[in-house]
Amino acid sequence: MTFLDFEKPIAELNARVAELRETADAGAIDIEQQVASLEAKADKMLRDTYAKLTPWQKTQVARHAQRPHLRDYIAGFVADFMPLAGDRAFADDKAIIGGLGRIGERRVMVIGHEKGDDTATRLKHNFGMAKPEGYRKAIRLMELADRFRLPVVTLVDTSGAFPGVQAEERGQAEAIARSTETCLQLGVPLIAAIVGEGGSGGAVALAAANRVLMFEHAVYSVISPEGCASILWRTAEKAADAADAMKVTAQDLLKLGVVDRIVPEPLGGAHRAPAVAIAALGAALGEEIDALVALDTATVRQQRRAKFLAVG
Amino acid sequence: MSWIDKVRNSIPFIVKRETPENLWYKCPQCGAMTFLKEFEENQSVCPKCQFHARIGADKRFDQIFDSGVHTPLPAPAVREDPLKFRDTKRYVDRLKAARTATGETDALLNAKGEIEGRRAVVGVQDFAFMGGSMGLAVGAAFVAGVEAAIAEKAPYIIFTAAGGARMQEGILSLMQMPKTTVAIQMLREAGLPYIVVMTDPTTGGVTASYAMLGDVQLAEPGALIGFAGQRVIEQTIREKLPEGFQRSEYLLDHGMLDMVTHRHQLRETLAKLIAYLVPEAIAA
Repeated sequence: MTFLDFEKPIAELNARVAELRETADAGAIDIEQQVASLEAKADKMLRDTYAKLTPWQKTQVARHAQRPHLRDYIAGFVADFMPLAGDRAFADDKAIIGGLGRIGERRVMVIGHEKGDDTATRLKHNFGMAKPEGYRKAIRLMELADRFRLPVVTLVDTSGAFPGVQAEERGQAEAIARSTETCLQLGVPLIAAIVGEGGSGGAVALAAANRVLMFEHAVYSVISPEGCASILWRTAEKAADAADAMKVTAQDLLKLGVVDRIVPEPLGGAHRAPAVAIAALGAALGEEIDALVALDTATVRQQRRAKFLAVG
Repeated sequence: MSWIDKVRNSIPFIVKRETPENLWYKCPQCGAMTFLKEFEENQSVCPKCQFHARIGADKRFDQIFDSGVHTPLPAPAVREDPLKFRDTKRYVDRLKAARTATGETDALLNAKGEIEGRRAVVGVQDFAFMGGSMGLAVGAAFVAGVEAAIAEKAPYIIFTAAGGARMQEGILSLMQMPKTTVAIQMLREAGLPYIVVMTDPTTGGVTASYAMLGDVQLAEPGALIGFAGQRVIEQTIREKLPEGFQRSEYLLDHGMLDMVTHRHQLRETLAKLIAYLVPEAIAA
């Protein structure tokens, strides 16, 4: 596992434990007690560190390369997933994946950003940065779900929509605006979960939802801390200050009323025990769908609109 | 200041001449000097090259409404500095400075009046107020503008100008994207038109929400319009941007606008659109 900068002391302890184990395996001396005490120390350090992560540290956890991604969540809690492709106008953008599936017994439409997890898949999925065709695919799938009365679940994990010449040419802004509009128009429940990074307009385009869930160490913001710092502090070096000032954590956003529920992560972040994190999210989404599924079309739409009108 | 004035002013014993610079408008595009009065009578458009200068709400209302007659709508009160934000300066101090400089409370102002005898509610975003940025105040003013339009059974016309969302309000500024979108849906359900006039510049979260959801999309010539900033795009693709990229005419070519309209023709174009779109039964 890749350790983050602020986890260095924990990594060092773990390395010493491994070293001692090797020595012990070589049959030298009995070091069980020493190992146990070091392990306890490492565990405590991990617990303490993660109990008071700074917003900037959380940003790094949220971006951790080994954090579960969309495909892991789908494999974990979406049964019989059937991906659907394309925007019917230009291309199939693999930064946004969507399709039919079941969460528990419930039929749902699942849509989310996929970042990829090695060089080949990152390139294929464009690092989770969608182009207009990605948002237009999302619009198409949300409307399809609406026609057949399927609740929509979105999983948000993007540093932002792709900033490129072709994306602008094909109407990146318009695609995001329409996607947000479609979220708000749906007559079926829409439940969003910010699972990693919720980056700006590219995130909100899938997250104008009845209920917004957020992982304990995920972040959600109007601009990346680096972007904010380079504009307001005139240097990206001040990203940690910007992350503090902008209030990007799940805990802050719950207080601000932007997020409705925090999904706890296993000790040391979702990447340390992916299966636990995935199961927790699946269970939380199941409960949320159950709570909303009985609402009629007008009520579900009204509830969502009232919620966003009240923001402020 | 011309070079000769610079020389003159740098010589201590020559009496400094007060140059009446403020009587002239120097066009940033073609460099032509125009008498300020003439420039303003030309709706702040350069008479030589037709460059459309940025204008605030007062001038816009004067230009758009019949004889300039309009009733300003009150700005809704919002929470101020909800995050207690501070970068190199405190956000409250930035707000104070912007208010002193512009005489306005925030970046979006609404007014109602008539355009060629037809009722309209018009909102104008002022780039001079913290880059026109969208925060709680802009979102609330947008919703209030729409509500006034519904009460008046009139269209809502928005003149957009913004660098994007107001970072100092963090996630709450991002939430103005869905919030303003809900307002547009309310207007639509009331059967009233929503007309967008994009002015220089309109970028970021504003473009990616209410600025792109008009029933009809207009833009002034030469306005910078886009989602991502040009510097960000250049850093991403590592090459020079094409000529005219993200300008009104480029967006028109790419199908993102209905028309690019010269400021001199805006009033009559809007009047015509209202006449076409507002149902007779409502307009009566």
